Amino acid sequence: MTQSATVAQPKAKRNKLSSGFFRFVLTRFLLIIPTVFILVTIVFFVMRATGDPISAALGGRLTPEELQKRIHAAGYDRPLIVQYLDYLGGLLHGDLGTTLTDNQKVITILTRYGAATFELAFLALIVALVVGIGLGRIAARRRDRAADAGIRTFAILCYATPVFFLGLILKLIFAIWLNVLPASGRSSLGSEMEFSRLVSPTGFYIIDALQLGDMNVLVDVLRHAVLPALALGLLTAGVFIRLVRTNVISTYTSGYIEAARSRGVSEKRLLNKHAWKPALIPIITVMGMQIALMLAGAVLTETTFEWKGLGFMLSQYLKARDFVAVQGIVILIAIIVAVVNFIVDVIAALVDPRVRY
Amino acid sequence: MSEIGNGNLAEIKDLSVSFMTDAGSIKAIDGISFEIPRKKVIGVVGESGSGKSVTARSIIKLLPETATTSGVIYLSNRAGSEKLDVLSLSGEQLREMRGSEAAMVFQEPNSVLNPVYTIGWQIEEGLRAHGMKDKKELRAKAVDILKKVGIPDAETRVDYYPHQFSGGQKQRIVIAMALVLNPGLILADEPTTALDVTVQAEILDLLRLARDEFNASVLIITHNMGVIADIADEVVVMYRGHVVEQGDVEQIFYSPKDDYTKRLLGAVPRIGQRLVVRDDEGKVIERKKDWREQPVAVEAKGLTITYPGHLMQPDFTAVDGIDFTIHRSEVLGLVGESGSGKSTTGRAIAGLQKVSGGSLNVLGIEMNGVRERTFKPKRADIGFVFQDPGSSFNPLMTIAENVAEPLIVHGKYSSVADARHYVGDLLEMVQLPRAYMKRFPHELSGGQRQRASLARALALKPSLLIADEPTSALDVSVQAKVLELFKKLQVDIGFACLFITHDLAVVDMLADRIMVMHKGKIVEHGEADQIMQHPQNPYTQKLLASLPVPDPREQREHREHLHELLAAQQ
Amino acid sequence: MTAASTNNVTVPVDDRLDKLDIDKKTPLWRRIPIIKELHVAVGWQKGMLITGLVLTAFFLLVAIFAPMIAPYGYAQLKDSNGVSFPAQAAPSSEHVWGTTAGGYDVFSRVVWGARTAVIAIVVAVLLSIFAGVLLGLVSGYFGGWIDRVLVMVADAVYSFPSLLLAILMAIMISHGQSGLWSGIFASGISITVVYIPQYFRTIRAEVIRIKESAYVESARVVGASTWRIMTKHLFKNSTRTLPVILTLNSSEAILTLAGLGFLGFGIEPTAAAEWGYDLNRSVSDVTAGIWWTAVFPGIAIVLIVLGITLVGESLNDLADPRLRTRKSAGEVVGAIEDTSVDPNGKPGARNEVMAELAAARNPMGALDDPVTVTDYDPSFIASEWGSKEGE
Repeated sequence: MTQSATVAQPKAKRNKLSSGFFRFVLTRFLLIIPTVFILVTIVFFVMRATGDPISAALGGRLTPEELQKRIHAAGYDRPLIVQYLDYLGGLLHGDLGTTLTDNQKVITILTRYGAATFELAFLALIVALVVGIGLGRIAARRRDRAADAGIRTFAILCYATPVFFLGLILKLIFAIWLNVLPASGRSSLGSEMEFSRLVSPTGFYIIDALQLGDMNVLVDVLRHAVLPALALGLLTAGVFIRLVRTNVISTYTSGYIEAARSRGVSEKRLLNKHAWKPALIPIITVMGMQIALMLAGAVLTETTFEWKGLGFMLSQYLKARDFVAVQGIVILIAIIVAVVNFIVDVIAALVDPRVRY
Repeated sequence: MSEIGNGNLAEIKDLSVSFMTDAGSIKAIDGISFEIPRKKVIGVVGESGSGKSVTARSIIKLLPETATTSGVIYLSNRAGSEKLDVLSLSGEQLREMRGSEAAMVFQEPNSVLNPVYTIGWQIEEGLRAHGMKDKKELRAKAVDILKKVGIPDAETRVDYYPHQFSGGQKQRIVIAMALVLNPGLILADEPTTALDVTVQAEILDLLRLARDEFNASVLIITHNMGVIADIADEVVVMYRGHVVEQGDVEQIFYSPKDDYTKRLLGAVPRIGQRLVVRDDEGKVIERKKDWREQPVAVEAKGLTITYPGHLMQPDFTAVDGIDFTIHRSEVLGLVGESGSGKSTTGRAIAGLQKVSGGSLNVLGIEMNGVRERTFKPKRADIGFVFQDPGSSFNPLMTIAENVAEPLIVHGKYSSVADARHYVGDLLEMVQLPRAYMKRFPHELSGGQRQRASLARALALKPSLLIADEPTSALDVSVQAKVLELFKKLQVDIGFACLFITHDLAVVDMLADRIMVMHKGKIVEHGEADQIMQHPQNPYTQKLLASLPVPDPREQREHREHLHELLAAQQ
Repeated sequence: MTAASTNNVTVPVDDRLDKLDIDKKTPLWRRIPIIKELHVAVGWQKGMLITGLVLTAFFLLVAIFAPMIAPYGYAQLKDSNGVSFPAQAAPSSEHVWGTTAGGYDVFSRVVWGARTAVIAIVVAVLLSIFAGVLLGLVSGYFGGWIDRVLVMVADAVYSFPSLLLAILMAIMISHGQSGLWSGIFASGISITVVYIPQYFRTIRAEVIRIKESAYVESARVVGASTWRIMTKHLFKNSTRTLPVILTLNSSEAILTLAGLGFLGFGIEPTAAAEWGYDLNRSVSDVTAGIWWTAVFPGIAIVLIVLGITLVGESLNDLADPRLRTRKSAGEVVGAIEDTSVDPNGKPGARNEVMAELAAARNPMGALDDPVTVTDYDPSFIASEWGSKEGE
């Protein structure tokens, strides 16, 4: 072929997003509102369907008259729909009510314990991504061989093991029998003391430890995080492995892979480039959903390891039958879920040129 | 230079391929041999299941893991200095051979382009696989080849994604991907089957370019005799895994030796050929009444159908203010390319699609704003034959249950068991054995299913039948049988018919009048012979000129005519 | 054939179809869903399926025969002589898997727990199929605003962590205090509500796909009533993927039940044995190095979920041609048959209506939707190959 002269094109052209993309982002963003609204409504009415929170929490401990007084004072004797509108109004101002058992603003609990949950979820996500994507791709490449069967069995085991049981086993092995890692909590007492010196603690212990600049504290914090992050991370990793494997295999058998193979592209490149990027779109979408589910796993993990985050508090309040607090925490999780799903959908759309342009 | 005799590019000797399936091992091709000369277009023609695709794929050993092969395929490289024994290659050698010595063009351009990479990257990917590294050079080559295959504004569009191109352009890009590697052999597997006839002509021109300017040989796989007549120098006829005949194109068309070739050529529909059916005694069956004197069954005035837009997009107008009438016992042919709105029109008549504007009167009922309750009694009088024989029957119901459905819905019989006798008669009417009643749809072949579909549509002896591409999914020989049956039943029962198709030759065989539809509008409308012989509208002219004639000599002139026409229209 | 014809329109005679041995039906037992899949599966896939089936059957048997297998009752604290069981006793001949802090026999509680788990699954799965399938059929077929509202609610609920939802439901149903059987039903119903959206989404997607298929359209042309279309055409054809979702959801149901129990929202120990509750009690034991109260109920959960998941995953793989292991090519037994290169290839002809609809609905171009579950019937291809295009 002749070498005809061609003008190199400026790269900038490729990065222009279409108006269709912005329309997609906008409509997807607006979808958060009905989603949160539906969940808040469901949560509110389900929680209140069979009675008021005060009788649930304090019934039996107070005299009926006193109970009635408390109920009246809190407004729980008004029609349910009025209370619902009242609650919605409060929600708009960030007011989620006051807990019954320890008389705290729900919103303060959320800010105080939220960081711990995010830290755990973040570390677990790293575990899940590394293990899930890594093993998932190997399984897809070694499809139907021993390695694939082994990885799939591992994935199903991860998924079949309740996170609290895995937590207990890890605890038993590493904390009790081998005694190499701490059994529970987010840090040792010494580190807690150190943290109290901080002027503006973030609540993220890893960041706080870095602020302190104390290596011992950092190591202590990380040692505490290993088991919970592993327990929660492996649960999600099981799902990720399956997700990655299935999607890579199904794009790997598509027509454009066959076509690229017919032009002499190597199998390795077919798998790592040609099949990987299209597979990524459904993978990212489902992963978003899994991140949301991780928050439920966090409730169980935190309870197992006495990791004082939102999940731990949720189970404490559940035990105390403090349904105002439970409702507040659940609604916060609903909002997080909706926002995470939105972000993930936008990322998936950015990968997909059919939406991007 | 070449070790292969007679300067041939490739030789296939005694090739057999079999596949392992759930039902056991199945032989796809059985001991075929033929040669591919240099700088020629070899047409491999055969109906579905003849093994033609497997043959092409074997040449680059692009077969599923379940395949086993025997025999030899020799492929000499471009320079003719080396001879490759393709079937013995594996790993790196096989990879190097693919693309650089022989490259493939596929049937469905939509599915063979990776949706998430730019076409430029995908073109370059082939070059990278064969060792080219320099970024500027890669890009220059990509732009250059896009220009050569006729993509306008190639410098910019090299950075576009597949979904930003039309179907025909995508196929050009797929061909560009093959040509850029400069292989000695292009394997084109039904490269025009998924495309409209006007685009098909362009793609065939492009494949000729591959032979004439890139000095490559082209092995084109097709079921279409017109395509063979248009492009092939040599022809290989395949049937059920065997090569039944091979020779140069003139020999195959003008003095075919094998019976199968003769029958195949006989079954190909041609323009200007009326379908004549005879009864058992050999008398020609003709309609007793003249359709022109019959009352009108369907009348459309300014019929408009729009699909609501999705996500703040504007509405899409599929049918844009069309007028037509169908008389009782008339066959009206509706011709158009994909997306022309022809199917939507048919669906509106059958009450499957809401009419958005204008008037559509079907058997005395106004369809604009009609209520299902008003229309339901009329449904007994309307039959519909769908395109895809694979999905037009409920897979979990027997043929008897499927065919009896209209009878039961309209209360003619109370149960399938009751209707059994009549359903048997219906099956015999469409020339299927009664015993097929007990079978499930997947136990029938495509042609048989389409006949059963006809039996269902005609079960209530309707006065109006809508046939939406009833034969386009069938092989030519099967198609011929179904069309013949169709004609016979039309004469017998005398229903009015809207025959929707993209194939001008098929519609010419059957229709009394023809409408040509393009982008939601009717561009030409008139007596069948008039339109076929003296088309007035430029689009109809282009459509007719693009349709390849299954006769190599005639097609040569026909092609000239197309090129003149296109030049004049520009 | 009787038709006389002209134009030399004759075609090669093909008697393969008539020879096709259709009367020789596959034996009935081989067409029972799981048995059929067992027959199709090969290699690792077969191993996985068999392991799953064995585990599932084992737990079913344990659940059925719990009274005979378990040496003591689930709430029994004293032996027949009225002597209390020791608390936190290590495994011994008296108590093969030891006793808990509350003085229950671990082995007996694990055995009885199988029964609770199986009942909860059955209740949950039956209820959610019923509600989900019904809603999915209605929503998918009619479309319109009902569909839009239902989809939005289902999506919102679906994206929400199921355990939290189950907690809410448990609060609503039993206000967090579980009595006898009401405990099991409260858990069962909680789990049901959580999984309705999944069945709903699957059925709805199938219904929408099938709704546009030619056979449903042809029923509509004929004038078949909505009821007839729903019952005759949509219902059976759209529920073919149900076994896969059903098994996968049963395993999730067990995990949810155990999660509820672990958080103290399950069934009281006096009402029934429940593994999640036992694990909750064992958290403090573990810290003290007492392993038997945690390990045995935990392993029971892992094994039953593993078994059901293995069955579900195998069914899913076998249902999806792209994920299925192929038998390797071996000896050629068949004659020449009609083939195309890809035995799973879609029919080549594009339906023009679909093209027009696609153009109308998605102006940005046809997306090749990533499909994970297909309506693929393994028996279909085999017979299709034997009979394709013979005339």
